[in-house]
Order: sequence, then C-alpha cells, then structure tokens
Amino acid sequence: MTGTATPAGSKARRTMFLVAAREAVGMPSIVLGASYVGFGSLVRESGMGLWLGLFSTLSAWALPGQVALVELYGVGASLLVIALAVALTNARLMPMTITLMPLIHDPAVPRWRYYLYSHLVAVTAWAFSMRRCPEMPRDVRLPYFVGFATVLWLASLIGTAVGFALADAVPQSVTLGLVFLNPIYFMLIFATDLRHRARVIALGLGAVMGPTLHTFSHDWGLMLTGLIAGSAAFGADRLVARRRG
Amino acid sequence: MADGWIIVVLLVGAAATYVWRALGVALSGRINPGGPVFEWVGCVAYALLAGLIARMIILPVGPLQETDLGSRLLSAAIALAVFFIMRKSIFFGVTAGTLALIGFTVGGVRMF
Repeated sequence: MTGTATPAGSKARRTMFLVAAREAVGMPSIVLGASYVGFGSLVRESGMGLWLGLFSTLSAWALPGQVALVELYGVGASLLVIALAVALTNARLMPMTITLMPLIHDPAVPRWRYYLYSHLVAVTAWAFSMRRCPEMPRDVRLPYFVGFATVLWLASLIGTAVGFALADAVPQSVTLGLVFLNPIYFMLIFATDLRHRARVIALGLGAVMGPTLHTFSHDWGLMLTGLIAGSAAFGADRLVARRRG
Repeated sequence: MADGWIIVVLLVGAAATYVWRALGVALSGRINPGGPVFEWVGCVAYALLAGLIARMIILPVGPLQETDLGSRLLSAAIALAVFFIMRKSIFFGVTAGTLALIGFTVGGVRMF
C-alpha cells in the first residue's frame, strides 16, 4: 500500500530540496558568503590557518559566536571565558530551534535525525522556512529547510576561504560594505514578513531594547532583550486580543 | 600557543554553539505548538534577533566601529525606503543600503 505512496512522496521531497537549494543560491548565499569573507580575513589577521577557519565554519556555523571566539582567542582569553562568550552569543539558537522544529516535523522521519538537522539552524534559513513552510504540505517542509540551509552552509565555507585569500587585497571601504550587508539583509528579511502581530511587536521592542541593554551589559544584554521584549510583546498581544475578542 | 590548543578552543566553541540547537530539539518535543508557551518562545526569538540586528547597526563590534553612526542609520533608512519603494525587493534594498554606507565612508561624511 505505502509502496505506491512513498516513491511519489520521495520525488516531491527531492524536488523541494532542489527548489529550496535554487532559492538559496542568489541573494541569501551572496550575503552570507560576503559576511564570511569578513570572517575569513579575521581568521587570517589572527594568525590562524585556513583549515582552522574552515573547521570553525563547518563545526559551529553561527557567525557572531565564531567572531567572538577568534577575537577572544587572539587576546589570549581563558577557555572558560571563550566558552561562556560563545554560548551567550548563540543563545538565540534555542528559541529559534524550538519554533522551527514543530513546523518541519515529519512523523516519518526518526526523531534522532532532527539532532543532526538542527545543526543547520541559523538566521537566514530559519527566517525563510518560518515564512515559507506553513504554506507547504508537511512532508516537503524538512527537505525545503535542509536544501536551503545546505547551500548557505557551502556559501559560508566558500566565503571563509575567499576572505582568507583576499585579506589585505580589498580596500577597507569595500570590506566595511560587506560587513554592513549582513545586518541590513537581516533587517529586510524580517521586514518582508509583518503579518503576525505578536512578532511585529517583539521585533519593534527588541530593536529598541537591544542596543540599550547592550550598553549595560555586553554579555547579557541580548539575552535580557529577548526575554524582556519578547515577554512584553507576548503580553501586549494577549491584551489586544482580549480587548478585541 | 600550540596548534593543538586552538583545536580544543574551536571544539569547545562548536559545542557551546550546538548545545542550544540540541536543547531546542529536546524542548520542542515537550511544548505544544498551539499553546501559549510556544507563542512566547517565538516572541523571545524575534525580539532577540531584532535586538541583535539593531545592535549590529547602532553599536557594531569590529571594523564597522570606525564608520559614522549617522551614516549607518541613514544607510539603513535608505535600505528600508528602497526596499518598500521597489515592492519589497530585498536585492535593491540591500544594494542601496550597502552602496550608501560605502559612499558615505569614502566621502568622509560625518553626521554627528
């Protein structure tokens, strides 16, 4: 019975994997690759080898944490300090993974595999999947996410290598522009999807509180922003819903 | 420092990153996606990311520190304006914002 259903399903999954990969090849890859060009040149400046830089992008793949690690290593910080700084910088990955998993969950896929796929959770693929997946049949959502993220992962590796090779060869103003691409791109990704009221409030409050709390604590500022602004947005959304309901 | 040490540092860094993703998978199985806890976690994620993006523009760490705050804010505003004028085209928005910052920096423009 399922013998006839599965081949058709697996074809749809393969198609979606390729569709997602193609969607990722343009702007998303260029922007992320360019950001990793910045990381690659930082790796060169800090005296680490190319292979170590690539290993970092392969094994961690979350840019702010990688930058923090290389900079702290450069100034000779202790292992504990580095581990804490990286962990705090990347705490955002937990709420992101929690919200993405139910969306891409396929009962036919063994649960342990999601521990492998979760390594691909990062801002760009997450934001695209959060927007695109609810419109898709359940069994092609996971291939969409994995296809999209895999291309971005490859682009990050290429960017790291290119940045390492180009360090010092590119004018300072161009490097600055490349570094600036990243926040601008993220800002616009979130500006494309403003349908969900609670999330819009969270984005607004977070944008105001992020820099403010950062001046009070570089380590905890972002975590506190998420918890305080997120909770306030959640509460405000409930209040509005109750008044209207 | 020895070569072996940096590999230890990188592995610890990768573990400190992955632990959040693994925790996310473990916790997601326990939270009802239709319930309020899930909704709250989503709000926290969006607020965190908005905070991160705003911080990257207003109080950047690294090479962008040398650029002028006013130039960065105006470039971000230009990116948003072009994005909406061009019917939500991320490509045109990003290009306009990036070129604006490069232009301001090369031109030595200082707003504040």
